Amino acid sequence: MKVRVTIDRRSEIADPEGHTVMRALHDLGFEDVQEVRMNRVIDLEIAGDDPGEVRRRVVEMCEKLLANPVLEDFEVEILG
Amino acid sequence: MRVAVAVFPGSNCEHDVVRALGTLGAEPELVWHRETDLEGFDGVVLPGGFAHGDALRTGAIAALSPIMEPVRRMAESGKPVLGICNGFQILCEAGMLPGALIANRDLAFICRFVEVEVVDTGTVLTAAAEPGQMLRIPLNSYEGNWVDPARTGRVVVRYADDPNGSQDRAAAVANEAGNVVGIMPHPERASDPLLGSDDGLVLLEGFVRSLRASVPA
Repeated sequence: MKVRVTIDRRSEIADPEGHTVMRALHDLGFEDVQEVRMNRVIDLEIAGDDPGEVRRRVVEMCEKLLANPVLEDFEVEILG
Repeated sequence: MRVAVAVFPGSNCEHDVVRALGTLGAEPELVWHRETDLEGFDGVVLPGGFAHGDALRTGAIAALSPIMEPVRRMAESGKPVLGICNGFQILCEAGMLPGALIANRDLAFICRFVEVEVVDTGTVLTAAAEPGQMLRIPLNSYEGNWVDPARTGRVVVRYADDPNGSQDRAAAVANEAGNVVGIMPHPERASDPLLGSDDGLVLLEGFVRSLRASVPA
């Protein structure tokens, strides 16, 4: 099954890269940009056809490696 | 005083650490990261570098290396554990130190001497230093910006200025017991006047003193 994991740095944690991109957008004339967050998307292909079981496995992967619990939240989306 | 210096794929400061600790009377040995047994070692250093090419997050892959299980056991038994630069990032990713290291505030790879102040002498890294002692040590990192949302970290060395945005100007952080310490600047690169400074020696001396204290009687 195809699974998409979205990893977001929590809003209270600084994102220096996002800040730099925002300033570049301002320089291009997009002054309406108020925040940029450089979040991460990881696409996985998992063997198995039980969406519940696949989701459970991917959540475990996020907790053990893919996301850092100090900084980040994650969402798991089964794409089919 | 046998001390293991862990080598991950992409470590690049291990020989500097071995040399500096050797001149201070310790017996450092390089140990590959697949090792699962550190029996007989009195402490461990995780040196700087770019383990696993910094894939995913700095230190994230190395934190899962087999050697980290015996490193964790050594930490739990009170033995000295020191992470320098990438080693600091690995200890945070392994949950052995609080917080995490993110990109420097100005997105610059900082590569210069910085002034730091020892603010806590009750740890294995600072045991030989004086409170308030100022040291000149090289900082060489892109992800040296320490964040600790839970505010549980024990800051032991502070930057005199604010080079990278690190919370509380933390340059080194310890666990509660003070036997696990991570430092972002490199004391081993300031271990001989020929390198421009030997101010790092007082930190490494503290570590060697702590190793001596952890040798079984």
